Amino acid sequence: MKPATVQELIWAGVLVALAAFWPMMSNGYWLGIGVDVMMYTALATSWMLFSGPTHYISLASAAFFGVGGFVVGSGMSDYDASFWSMLALSAVIGGVLAALIGLATLRLSGVYFVIFTLGLAEMIRNLVSWVQNNFLGSRGLYVLTDFTDAHLYWMLLVTAGCVYLLGWIISRSRLGFALRIIGGDETVARHVGINTATAKVILFTTTGVFGAIVGAIIAPRWSYIEPNQVFSPQLSFFVVIMALLGGSGRLWGPVVGVIPFLLIWNWVDSNFSNQSILVLGVAFLVIVYFLPHGFVGRIEQLRASARGRS
Amino acid sequence: MLDILVSGLLLSGTYALVAMGLNLQYGVARIMNLANGEVLVLGALAAFWLYTTAQISPILTVILVIPVAFIGNWLIYRFLLTPLVRRSKSQGALEVDSILATFGMSFIFIGIMVSIEGGFFFYKYLSEPISILGSTTSLNRLVAFLLAVLIAAALYIWLHYTRPGVAVRAVSVSTEASGLVGINVPRTSALAFALGGTITAVGGALISTFITLDASIGVVFTLKALIIVIMGGVGEIRGAIVAAIILGLVETGVATLVDPGLTLAAAYFIFVIILLFRPQGLFGRRAV
Repeated sequence: MKPATVQELIWAGVLVALAAFWPMMSNGYWLGIGVDVMMYTALATSWMLFSGPTHYISLASAAFFGVGGFVVGSGMSDYDASFWSMLALSAVIGGVLAALIGLATLRLSGVYFVIFTLGLAEMIRNLVSWVQNNFLGSRGLYVLTDFTDAHLYWMLLVTAGCVYLLGWIISRSRLGFALRIIGGDETVARHVGINTATAKVILFTTTGVFGAIVGAIIAPRWSYIEPNQVFSPQLSFFVVIMALLGGSGRLWGPVVGVIPFLLIWNWVDSNFSNQSILVLGVAFLVIVYFLPHGFVGRIEQLRASARGRS
Repeated sequence: MLDILVSGLLLSGTYALVAMGLNLQYGVARIMNLANGEVLVLGALAAFWLYTTAQISPILTVILVIPVAFIGNWLIYRFLLTPLVRRSKSQGALEVDSILATFGMSFIFIGIMVSIEGGFFFYKYLSEPISILGSTTSLNRLVAFLLAVLIAAALYIWLHYTRPGVAVRAVSVSTEASGLVGINVPRTSALAFALGGTITAVGGALISTFITLDASIGVVFTLKALIIVIMGGVGEIRGAIVAAIILGLVETGVATLVDPGLTLAAAYFIFVIILLFRPQGLFGRRAV
């Protein structure tokens, strides 16, 4: 992971401005795809903030996403709270949860972290279902708002833009530099005086905050919230695969991965829905064996070889 | 109380066996295998499928599963994982690659299993009630426990008293040093990986006699096996046995006293405590 340049930030700004017009040019099916694209772009970019430089594979996206969706659902349905206050609350809860997980696991080697996040969404789902069944009585929650898909799209676009901007700032800061050293060699990082655990926990907390925010924004789309649905573990795998397909070397990598993957996935899911999980597995293997640095890595490789020839 | 003790102990027998399999794969071959649970479910599917279509007893399936799983896992190591081992510059890079690759494999396994049997692997085998120490349980649990203990004991003896077993243990201590003393490390790693996968599949066939599984449950077993391995200390067989007993008892306790839906939460609770207070594991000597 290299520090981001000013040029990149300008390009990102232009892209965000252009993307803002999408809901005016499309509706129905394509707007729905647009919402998906924005949702996964925000999630995958925030995943990249932490996992890109450190190489720690987080499978916790679904847990934070679910927490966001559930907080909004529970707050609006059980306590008549407003959407915006619940959005803020879900960001706080997502951040606290991520910080706690980080404090427990990130002081140790990366494997513990991966294992811990592997079943996290499932475990929280079990806990939430249990609390609901035994103490709250109802199973489903209603989220009724006036938001249309276009509103959600714009909110997610703003979130994705914020994630990118934050990542851009971090990558040019002392913290970003520290994280790159940690990713290169953690022992070296510790020996030059970097507090590795603190740096990792801070970054992972931002991932948690944004995961919860995205989950909260998506909640009105479903209008009826059930733990089984918001804590779907598949989401974590999607985020990882899209981010890696794009390439973990650059902050804009996920964008390049999200769009082709979602288009292919929608096609596979509608034509061969029984084999869709098989396709997910093949996609993972293709990335590991043929695209270890994702599309971004391949593009930069081609560019470098073109430059070498001329 | 006695019921919890008896069924918890019986459950921990198969858990210990499965954790031993993962221990061989992670501790010796150094592959963090996230498809471990799916291999277990494949074993369970074999038992279910052979029993419902051909009335083959699950005990016989265990014997049939051994060669198939051994060859299958050996091929996976040889052709899919060896390139990653060669490519990786450090243990960290290998971990990331193997996590992603085995993750992909786990989805492929799930996809294959769903196309064979999309529902629950439900069958009845030896389900008559028996009484142990005044507590009623079913015969299949006892049989699975005894077989698991038998296989685990055989593995323990093999690891401690035969030349290849000693080689496997040497590689688990240090790959470099065992290479220097003339152990064929790639071959020993492949053997350990294949053996680990075989034991996991056998464990799956045994578990399927008393727990109804389905194609997507694998990840839960991966997680439990990993928690046991970490709790016991990587590479520690005695540690894995003690850890399996603790997990079996705590899980059964939570399932009976609080709610059966919270067993995973109970496993996580143990995991957090281990991470906070003894990350090297109960019996681990060095920080991993």
